[in-house]
Amino acid sequence: MSQFNGAGERPAILVEGLTKSFGEVHALRGIDLSVPRGTVLGVLGPNGAGKTTAVRILTTLLLPDGGRALVEGHDVVREAAAVRRSIGLAGQSAAIQEELTGRENLEIIGRLYHLSRPETRRRATELLEQFGLTDAAGRTAKTYSGGMQRRLDLAASLVGRPRVLFLDEPTTGLDPRARLGMWDIIRSLVAGGTTLLLTTQYLDEADELADEIVVIDHGLVIAAGTSEELKNRVGGDVIEFTVPDRGQVADAIAAIKPIGEGEPHADSETGVVSVGVGARGSDALIEAVRALDAAGVASRGLALRRPSLDDVFLALTGHAAEEEQPAGRRRASRGRGRAKETAGAES
Amino acid sequence: MTAITDSAWAPGLGHRIRWGVSDTLTLTKRSLLVWLRVPAYLMFTVIQPVMFVLLFRFVFGGAIPVDVPGGYVNFLMPGIIAQSAAFATFGTAIVLAQELKKGVIDRLKSMPIARSAVLSGRLVADTGRMFITILILVGVGYAVGFRFLNGAGPAVAMIVLATVFGMAIACIAAFTGLAIGDEESVQAFGLIWLFPLTFVSSAFVPIATMPGWLQAFANHQPVTLVVNTMRAMALGGPLEPTLWPNLWRSLIWLAAIFAVFLPLAVRAYRRAS
Repeated sequence: MSQFNGAGERPAILVEGLTKSFGEVHALRGIDLSVPRGTVLGVLGPNGAGKTTAVRILTTLLLPDGGRALVEGHDVVREAAAVRRSIGLAGQSAAIQEELTGRENLEIIGRLYHLSRPETRRRATELLEQFGLTDAAGRTAKTYSGGMQRRLDLAASLVGRPRVLFLDEPTTGLDPRARLGMWDIIRSLVAGGTTLLLTTQYLDEADELADEIVVIDHGLVIAAGTSEELKNRVGGDVIEFTVPDRGQVADAIAAIKPIGEGEPHADSETGVVSVGVGARGSDALIEAVRALDAAGVASRGLALRRPSLDDVFLALTGHAAEEEQPAGRRRASRGRGRAKETAGAES
Repeated sequence: MTAITDSAWAPGLGHRIRWGVSDTLTLTKRSLLVWLRVPAYLMFTVIQPVMFVLLFRFVFGGAIPVDVPGGYVNFLMPGIIAQSAAFATFGTAIVLAQELKKGVIDRLKSMPIARSAVLSGRLVADTGRMFITILILVGVGYAVGFRFLNGAGPAVAMIVLATVFGMAIACIAAFTGLAIGDEESVQAFGLIWLFPLTFVSSAFVPIATMPGWLQAFANHQPVTLVVNTMRAMALGGPLEPTLWPNLWRSLIWLAAIFAVFLPLAVRAYRRAS
């Protein structure tokens, strides 16, 4: 588990033994987290792992069944009002008023934070600028692309200058370009000192943005550490290659199995086969070439690489991160896919 | 960064009320802005009751004999105004369900705003919309022959009663919207309870024409009592003696609806997710 830096500094988020069930579904089965001030925690897990439930409890939207959670030192149950004054939340869908302009959306939030009128206007201008929405400020949000709507939504969550920001799958449903844009914005926020808890099902996203990562599966933290630490848990390098003829995937697995440390993994759709080879590096690579050749399997792009978080997830859970999980909860799919990018609308 | 301070924050009651009112007004203003952007929505919410007026005045009305001064159009208008006030609450339920689904309510609930503001802002905005619809209907009524026969005071009282009645129904609608949380289901459910409630009443036809078992329901349900009161207020004369018995029964019903459904709506808002 992550330790907090320095002598006795209070972590921005502290969670101990948090549990929550919905009837028969145990969404959280005892989660511990500690997020030091000014750092980014990536909460990684597949659909239905309990990520959204954790965020909803930390943002006072849901009461936990057991355990406790503190945000900026305030208990999310007993001091919910104080918690709400230190946080910002952007969820899986853009919680903006589509009929209103970008500026109006932000100004209404500003008024709800009881900022004065001039200050509300200033803050909206500042955020529109920061999020590249100045040109679109006077247009109704309905005309925005999915990426722009998410940016506006994120801007709305920052109006009150939260010290702790919760982003629940901020890039789900965005196209790759909009996703990269979102990452840049998130990096700049973090550079400004905001503490960030980010949930994602994308391993590369956690890898890119998070200082520390916790991996959640079935309501439990199954691993925690930096991206590097987690990768080391896979135990060294990975050999990966593509089998163009899907019929030969099984042969390929059989051929390289003796070389790997642990079970090879194959994606039957893409024909990508990978296996961990520990520290044997290039020796293993040569063995793999020979083994595949001997088995008569044609392969492409055979290479040795550092393990990705995908490998970590696979090693920890035995299933890939983006494989479909039995949908535990109706909310998990909420808002998915509604944020479609409209061609050319991105500014 | 004026209002958002850390540390021990325990505002006094005066402060909380002031902020509650301010948050309510901000959210009311948000709704008004939305309507200004979608004038078609406002137009349709007004056109529908106007169509009802024309339909009943000129199509069905001739076949419905009534015994009130001024004939069927005078019988009809108080009824149709009450019905329109009730139907206006479709919007209340649907918008709340939409906001719930889109995560707007989550966002607002995670902010340090007055807990009551989302609901009260919605109710204030929708009451305003309802009030304007009622005024337009009175105007249309006048154009097709309706007349207040009992003076200005009772006429104003009738409009006020219709508005309060609409607010009571809006509390029920808010509860259904937040408890069901799905736009289509909310709309379908709205039809199921609002249609019988408004049509099996004295709003459009004299209850005496209904079969006995239906009369038992129609005679005691709130829409009938409210419509009878409104009619007595608008027309007076021979209806004068019916005013008080209907008025106090109406007020008891309305108080009961507020007492039950306002807390239920607040509870549904707190639990909504």
